[in-house]
Amino acid sequence: MTKTKRFVAYLKRIPSDIKKLLREPFLLIGIILVNLFLFLFIVLPLFKIFQLSFEDKGQFSLAIFSELLSKKYNVQPLIHSLTLGIAVSILGTLIGFIFAYAITRVDIPWKRFFNIMATFPIIAPPFMMSLSAILLFGKQGFVSKLILRDIIQFKIYGFYGLLVVETLTYFSTAYLTLYGVLQAIDPALEDAALDLGASKGKVFRSITLPLATPAIASAILLVFSQSLADFGNPMILAGNYTILATQAYLTIVGMFNMKGGAALAILLLIPSLIAFCLQKYWVSRKSYVTVTGKPSAARIKMDRPLTKYSIFGLCLLLTGIIFLFYGMILFGSFVKLWGANHTLTMDNYKHVFTVGWEFIKDTLLLSSVATPIAGILAMIIAFLVVRKSFPGKRLMELVSLLTFAVPGTVVGIGYILAFNQPPLVLTGTAAIIILVFIFRDIAVGVQTGIAELQQIDPSIEEASTDLGADSSITFRRITLPMITPAFYSGLAFTFVKCMTAISAVIFVVSGRWNLITIAILGSVENSDLSQAAAFSIVIIVFILLALWLIQFLVNQIGRGRKLKFEKAEALQSI
Amino acid sequence: MKEAYLKIRNLTKEFLSEYQEEKVIAVKDFNIDINKGEFVTLLGPSGCGKTTTLRLIGGFENPTAGDIFLDNVRINDIPANKRDTCMVFQSYALFPHMNIHKNVAYGLELRRLSKREINERVEKILELVGLTGLGNRPVGQLSGGQQQRVALARAMVNEPKVLLFDEPLSNLDAKLRIRMRIFIRKIQQEFNITSVYVTHDQEEAMTLSDRIVVMNQGEIEQVGTPEEIYARPKTRFVADFIGKQTNFLTGEVIEKDDGKLRVKVWDKVVTFDRPDEFKKGDRVLLVIRPEMVDLSSREGTFEGEVSLVTYLGSEVIYEVVANHQLFTVQTSNPLKHGIYHRGNKVFMNFDLKSIYLIKE
Repeated sequence: MTKTKRFVAYLKRIPSDIKKLLREPFLLIGIILVNLFLFLFIVLPLFKIFQLSFEDKGQFSLAIFSELLSKKYNVQPLIHSLTLGIAVSILGTLIGFIFAYAITRVDIPWKRFFNIMATFPIIAPPFMMSLSAILLFGKQGFVSKLILRDIIQFKIYGFYGLLVVETLTYFSTAYLTLYGVLQAIDPALEDAALDLGASKGKVFRSITLPLATPAIASAILLVFSQSLADFGNPMILAGNYTILATQAYLTIVGMFNMKGGAALAILLLIPSLIAFCLQKYWVSRKSYVTVTGKPSAARIKMDRPLTKYSIFGLCLLLTGIIFLFYGMILFGSFVKLWGANHTLTMDNYKHVFTVGWEFIKDTLLLSSVATPIAGILAMIIAFLVVRKSFPGKRLMELVSLLTFAVPGTVVGIGYILAFNQPPLVLTGTAAIIILVFIFRDIAVGVQTGIAELQQIDPSIEEASTDLGADSSITFRRITLPMITPAFYSGLAFTFVKCMTAISAVIFVVSGRWNLITIAILGSVENSDLSQAAAFSIVIIVFILLALWLIQFLVNQIGRGRKLKFEKAEALQSI
Repeated sequence: MKEAYLKIRNLTKEFLSEYQEEKVIAVKDFNIDINKGEFVTLLGPSGCGKTTTLRLIGGFENPTAGDIFLDNVRINDIPANKRDTCMVFQSYALFPHMNIHKNVAYGLELRRLSKREINERVEKILELVGLTGLGNRPVGQLSGGQQQRVALARAMVNEPKVLLFDEPLSNLDAKLRIRMRIFIRKIQQEFNITSVYVTHDQEEAMTLSDRIVVMNQGEIEQVGTPEEIYARPKTRFVADFIGKQTNFLTGEVIEKDDGKLRVKVWDKVVTFDRPDEFKKGDRVLLVIRPEMVDLSSREGTFEGEVSLVTYLGSEVIYEVVANHQLFTVQTSNPLKHGIYHRGNKVFMNFDLKSIYLIKE
């Protein structure tokens, strides 16, 4: 009943909203364009997948699912994906919590170092861990062959391998989510508990942990969806342990079965959407803590030697493992032939910059085109959503955030379905890759922009209007400069994602336009592990250069503000 | 009789609250005529609709009903950015990424004035508000008072037809607030700027305004000069809201003849000189300000007992209980008149000339 009333009230507001819009043609055109883009490049591809899977001779039908779910080779990837996702999310969150708790609550040395190590996996191409796993524990592995001399056989292809590499890759997300919340809990609460006679252990159990519970749930759900969507690692390490994301790809590319691939994509989409909705609409409402980004007052730290050194040791061990994995790639990139000839050489880099130059050039070019467009578009959407009132606003916000929830594989399949035929034929062009880049991760930019805008007094923009500016001038001259940090964070994030993207773009790359990540996958498949390692190092170097450049730009204009790249990532959880 | 400069007719604003479905009436049937150069303050408790009224004039909200005329033009449908009004915001709303000069020049730039003219006008206004030579300062480095001046300059430099103030002094400390309100009043009078000012601070309203509009729950309770509002409140709400700790006594008119009004209060009869609008049998409310009561230890109209003494140096505030009712009494110059203590029996004498009567 109340819902209908609310809806009626909403309908009543529409005429006045429209009247206001008509007075500002720029704003109106902007809203129409943004909606058109969101529809074309987010909604339409998804719709095409649904259409293909549910349509049977022009009629709506669920036949495809009964067919899918009756075949073992289809049910298995679903079960595998879910099992792996649950295992990775629990283990990843646990590790993320250990780091976050150690850094915010325990009096340990080397906090900055641990913080860097815990966030590094975010900027590295996600499948680097798999490559490294092969270098370390594969048949020709550094540990398995050179150190242990084949005494122990590691089963890295399959569930355990994936569990380790995905955990090491995605615990960062959990770390950032939990770090933000643990940092934001008012120290006075913990002080009060101590003051009332609780021991430090009791404070942890009765105050800190309950307050952090929603964030823990949030972290689990986020890592779960990242694991579900992971494409690069299972492509390399899955072996016979079939996973939905890669199985959908293989069904389409290997067996030319569009319909089956689309249906697998939907099987993948459903749990992702559930996790997204749970996280967004249920867990986040239970939160007691708001992350403001402001450092809080001094906090009493755990300093009992036993706790302190055991936690320190644990952090050291974990960073050691992370170091070992990435270090092995650096080492591997200089080795002549992994497993056979370990003399050091620059040949792999020569190969990367000669044969692979095309890949590097394309990747850099396409990423550099997509990044600023995505950045500006995200800020425009954030501005419209936070500051303007128009019919369909909630829907615009929802659609722009939807990209969080949709695994790359699903997006990729949607794009080839939607843009393979008139009216918009884009397959094989650079445009389709750029579009995937732009819309793949727009949600992060939008979310950062929204968060930043909500902290800015709206009367500043009203003052601009009052002094005679219309919406477009106000956006350009007042809003955009004020949200510069969010804008650049969005840029940094988008650039990193473009450089490391694989799941969605693998469907839309072509002979004419190709990407480094795809080249790495190819090298691994050809067992050119050293070349793959060199490619990976090159990606990381370019990413670090780009981040440095963006930070430099922020420093130039930005009143010494620090790039909130990590915040952008952490904001996924809010 | 000349035509009013800013005319508001039957202005009404209803909001549909977003989640509770009910209608909220923020402003109801608001009428006023404001003359050119006049300083009018909208005064009332929070939630009374004063800020909404101001935002309606500025064009930030659209009225549900009613009209606003400025200089004989109906401005309802003119959007905020085209309206000839400028607002000084409560939070100042300075553009954080621009320096003082850029902030002040913003409105002029949008009107595409020449660089030279913009610079001249900005320099002039900065001199006026006492910020000469500080144009290059980023606004983030300014004190509250300086930010306030920039906000004022930014609005004034455009020479709007009406200057709107949304509680502009509420973020300043007490001393600065007093200095700034004198400053605002001086500038406003010197340049004869029509101003509408919103505040919940009655002292601010009293010192600044030519006329005060007292609002309550979206409606106008009374419009008048500061003196009228204080000395001759029309309603109990106005009498209570204006002034500190107003005392009320109810009485009944028992006789009215040759310019005298006899009112029975409790068991005593009090005689007033104001018979005009009352007749025999009317119930009336006596508005007794704390300073209208004298205390005596020997004789007086009502007897009571001191229950609380607050010594403030130049004055003493007493709470006196008489006939089970609490009175607030303010006496000045305690060094001369002496101080009563808690438990003392005292007599209260009312200054009948000052006491105002409201029909109940």
